[in-house]
Amino acid sequence: MKFIAGEFDVAVIGAGHAGIEAALASARLGCKTVVFTINMDAVGNCPCNPSIGGTAKGHLVREIDALGGEMGKAADACFLQSRMLNRGKGPAVHSLRAQIDRRAYSTRMKHTLELQENLELRQAEITELEKSDDGKWLLTTRLEAQYKAKAVILATGTYLGGKIYVGDVSYKSGPDGMFPAEFLPDSLEKLGMEIRRFKTGTPARVLRSSIDFSDLEEQCGDDPVVPFSYDTTNPGENKVKCYISRTNEKTKKIILDNISRSPMYSGKIEGTGPRYCPSIEDKIVRFSDKESHQLFIEPCGLDTEEMYIQGMSSSLPEDVQIDFYHTIKGLENCVIMRPAYAIEYFCADPIQMNRTLEFRDFPGLYGAGQFNGSSGYEEAAAQGIVAGINAALKVQGREPMILDRASSYIGTLIDDLVTKGCHDPYRMMTSRSEYRLILRQDNADTRLTPIGRKIGLISDERWERFQKKQELIKEELKRVKKTVLPPSEELNAILRSHNTSEVTTGIRLIDLLKRPELNYEILSSVDPDSRELEPNVREQVEIEIKYEGYIKRQLMIIEQIRKLEDKILPENIDYTSIDGLRLEAREKLSKIRPESIGQASRISGVSPADISVLVIYLSTLKNKV
Amino acid sequence: MEHTIAAISTPIGQGGMGVIRISGENALDIADSIFESVSGKKITEMKGYTASFGKITDNGEHIDEAVVLVFRAPHSYTGEDVVEISCHGGIYITKRILRVVLSKGAEPAQPGEFTKRAFINGKMGLTEAESVMDIISAVGNQSARAALSVMEGNLRKRIDSVREILIGLAAHLSAWADYPEEEIPEVDEESLKESLQTVKTELVSLINSYDAGKVIREGVDTVIAGRPNVGKSTLMNLLSGFERSIVTNIPGTTRDIIEETVMLGDIPLRLSDTAGIRSTDDPVESIGVQRAKDRLLSAGLIFAVFDASVPLSGEDMELLDLLKDSPAVAVINKTDLEVKIDSEVIKSKVKHTVFISAKTGSGAKELEHEVGEIVGTSNLDPAQGILATERQFNDAQSALKSVEEALTAISLGITLDAITVLIEDAINSLLELTGERVTEAVVDKVFSHFCVGK
Repeated sequence: MKFIAGEFDVAVIGAGHAGIEAALASARLGCKTVVFTINMDAVGNCPCNPSIGGTAKGHLVREIDALGGEMGKAADACFLQSRMLNRGKGPAVHSLRAQIDRRAYSTRMKHTLELQENLELRQAEITELEKSDDGKWLLTTRLEAQYKAKAVILATGTYLGGKIYVGDVSYKSGPDGMFPAEFLPDSLEKLGMEIRRFKTGTPARVLRSSIDFSDLEEQCGDDPVVPFSYDTTNPGENKVKCYISRTNEKTKKIILDNISRSPMYSGKIEGTGPRYCPSIEDKIVRFSDKESHQLFIEPCGLDTEEMYIQGMSSSLPEDVQIDFYHTIKGLENCVIMRPAYAIEYFCADPIQMNRTLEFRDFPGLYGAGQFNGSSGYEEAAAQGIVAGINAALKVQGREPMILDRASSYIGTLIDDLVTKGCHDPYRMMTSRSEYRLILRQDNADTRLTPIGRKIGLISDERWERFQKKQELIKEELKRVKKTVLPPSEELNAILRSHNTSEVTTGIRLIDLLKRPELNYEILSSVDPDSRELEPNVREQVEIEIKYEGYIKRQLMIIEQIRKLEDKILPENIDYTSIDGLRLEAREKLSKIRPESIGQASRISGVSPADISVLVIYLSTLKNKV
Repeated sequence: MEHTIAAISTPIGQGGMGVIRISGENALDIADSIFESVSGKKITEMKGYTASFGKITDNGEHIDEAVVLVFRAPHSYTGEDVVEISCHGGIYITKRILRVVLSKGAEPAQPGEFTKRAFINGKMGLTEAESVMDIISAVGNQSARAALSVMEGNLRKRIDSVREILIGLAAHLSAWADYPEEEIPEVDEESLKESLQTVKTELVSLINSYDAGKVIREGVDTVIAGRPNVGKSTLMNLLSGFERSIVTNIPGTTRDIIEETVMLGDIPLRLSDTAGIRSTDDPVESIGVQRAKDRLLSAGLIFAVFDASVPLSGEDMELLDLLKDSPAVAVINKTDLEVKIDSEVIKSKVKHTVFISAKTGSGAKELEHEVGEIVGTSNLDPAQGILATERQFNDAQSALKSVEEALTAISLGITLDAITVLIEDAINSLLELTGERVTEAVVDKVFSHFCVGK
């Protein structure tokens, strides 16, 4: 029998990486919040790789943290090994990645939710979502409990209509053997929402003691460890090693001999898989001239013997998996504890949403994470915090928070999703940001903490620390501009040894730091006022100095683009009636309903000619008024 | 909806046929009101892409026999309803039909208005529209050929090939940065520099072609200089005679500079005849002389005329000295008379020297050749694809600037993340030139060229 079990400001469906950030943001902003999970032991689960961060994803984690989110802190608390990727390739592409203890991570996240004021965590499968007569959303659980909420955030991950594929075997399931959300898809379609199938996959987990590590290349963490969170002061040390091996001719042969048994190739899976994260059979078929593919063996935690085999996701039958895993050096006798599988699930086309992640046609309904067509824990968490913040702001009658492309990777991710949509699971990459020299992981706080503070997610204590750091950066910039080093034999010896030209007159410290060959470290002995600067203050100052010209260039472009972003397109434009728009442009614009000329210009299928027509149209609108 | 427009769309007075084009909401109705078809079918009932034969009438009077072609929106040049009336041509008939069309409610089309509508209605992209605009205003065959080659994609092909190199580089750099553990080959600085150098060379060649292309499209400011009675006016008349039909007379702004546009081969010359250059004490005349000297310095091309039948005078020498480093042709005129001039002195001062007789017309071909050498059109093959408009020129230049900055940054040892951004800026400028977007292109390339993933 149905009964009303509670009323909330904000209800979050799903307690994965998106749901967690959404629920925490909403509760921390003072909204009475409930978060539902199908299984209480799957909160903050990492059903794929046991790691947080990576290229561009590390940027996202830093940005989430700068706004006042949780992911960075939890990753710092549970990391096993940490590395800054791309050192030497330039500050824009430095990216932090940490191997984490996935159980510890999940436990910590669950506990954080449990302790959070204004937040209730409930185990329940939501089977129905409908609009109730009083304008609120009505959620019904499998056990017929009913909840009312002013705003709902869908963060359903791969649970939504989940179906697992291993060879010819397939069955309804969520990730890691959890129940799927079987009924909610019908309810969403009944609402009039467009949903579609995507697929993703994960490799096998292998028993550590069955692996022969003796000939495998080791991969160790950084020393010292750089933390994700601006709150973490003592990050601790690396605790584990990872290992590298490779596929070979035999692996390739077994996979190709059995390719017809893959549900992807036999056509059983209809969902679109991620291009960037192909299964091993995809890699072998698509890049047939490549003899060998690299793979990484990563521990899943400190109190487990399961090892994750990165790069070897597959939907081939279990017997084939055993055969080809055994062809790999180190894995000759490996015992597969959890076979690799592919999982197909429902998700929404994000072009139905605006940049707050609210559905245009369903006010008060938000989407985040895999539900929006993205892939990855970090992408999910990034959308989660934005959806959570905006749901809370809406309930409280406050202005929405919109992050534009020039502000952050989060803004870029969301703009890409709602403007271009996605045809396969969307992964963040540094190359997706045209402003990447400005959107660096080292300055995420400078860019976003003021926004987090304004919204109300940054504590007084942290705000003070932030302001002090900004002050130090400013002072240090002033100092290096004023400080002149006299020409000395000591200085010239340093310059000589770093292959840069010597000086005969005094030179400003800033001009030395501009030279690509030099840095603070090298100059410390001749820098008279060299003070004990925090490493990240020094880092930011040095980057600002070295890349000044390029940064200025990007700032100029941002200024130009923002002019287009400022040209607002009225919500009620009837694109079908604008003469001169090509048919394709009319359809795309009607569907995506961009908020500005800038956003319209990024829609594929809308040509510069169409944009000119829109600009002309806008000016005629103004003339009429 | 915009008003209906009409114009004669064939050159006045040429060919055996004239076409009057009507475009807009009322095009079919207007055409119907002046046309009696043999079949009896009304124009308003005709389908798109069909023709009808009949008579054009003006208040019951038959003006001409004509074929009427009907295009229905959006399947027409402008994207609107279009009727084209093909009649027997001749200035009188064609103009009369147009007058009747206008009397029925059409408005005379502004220059380029059909194309503007085609562009606004999404019938053509920016580059094509600009090219068509150029065709409309083009004078001379080479100019039309150059404009056509943009439309047909020769410029497009050149831009695309440059862009492909840059996108390849950006995709490699992106894959290398975004997939640090995927065995993406290291970006080799030498080959990066080499590719950028190739791009730079091609962009420079495109940009250089713009100036020569501009000469063909817009003509070159040409001054005819020389002391009185060397034959400047005769030369001017000779040049004018080459292609009388398109000569336009622009009233001179001063009593001593006369302007007119003539064709020398494929090159339009905007001619001005200057007063003689000589020292004088007369204040009024000295103003004229100073003006002529200024004009010499700013000219794109100078014809310095000398009289072959008399020895070089002091004034001639003065002129020769003024010509140093100028884009000048020394024109030694009156070769039909007995030659008394020392042409070696002239040749030693001016690289391009021709002997002509403005009176008989001999030497004109040689003059044309020397002019082509000076303004850079002789080595220009417009069919190769050249930049046609100022906008295209600016985009190509900003692409070049980014490529040059990238090369500088590499030599300074700047990290590759900044280089990538500069390469992407260059791609963006080229995409702006042709009207597409960048990041998608790069991302797609990453996936098709590199085996990446976890």
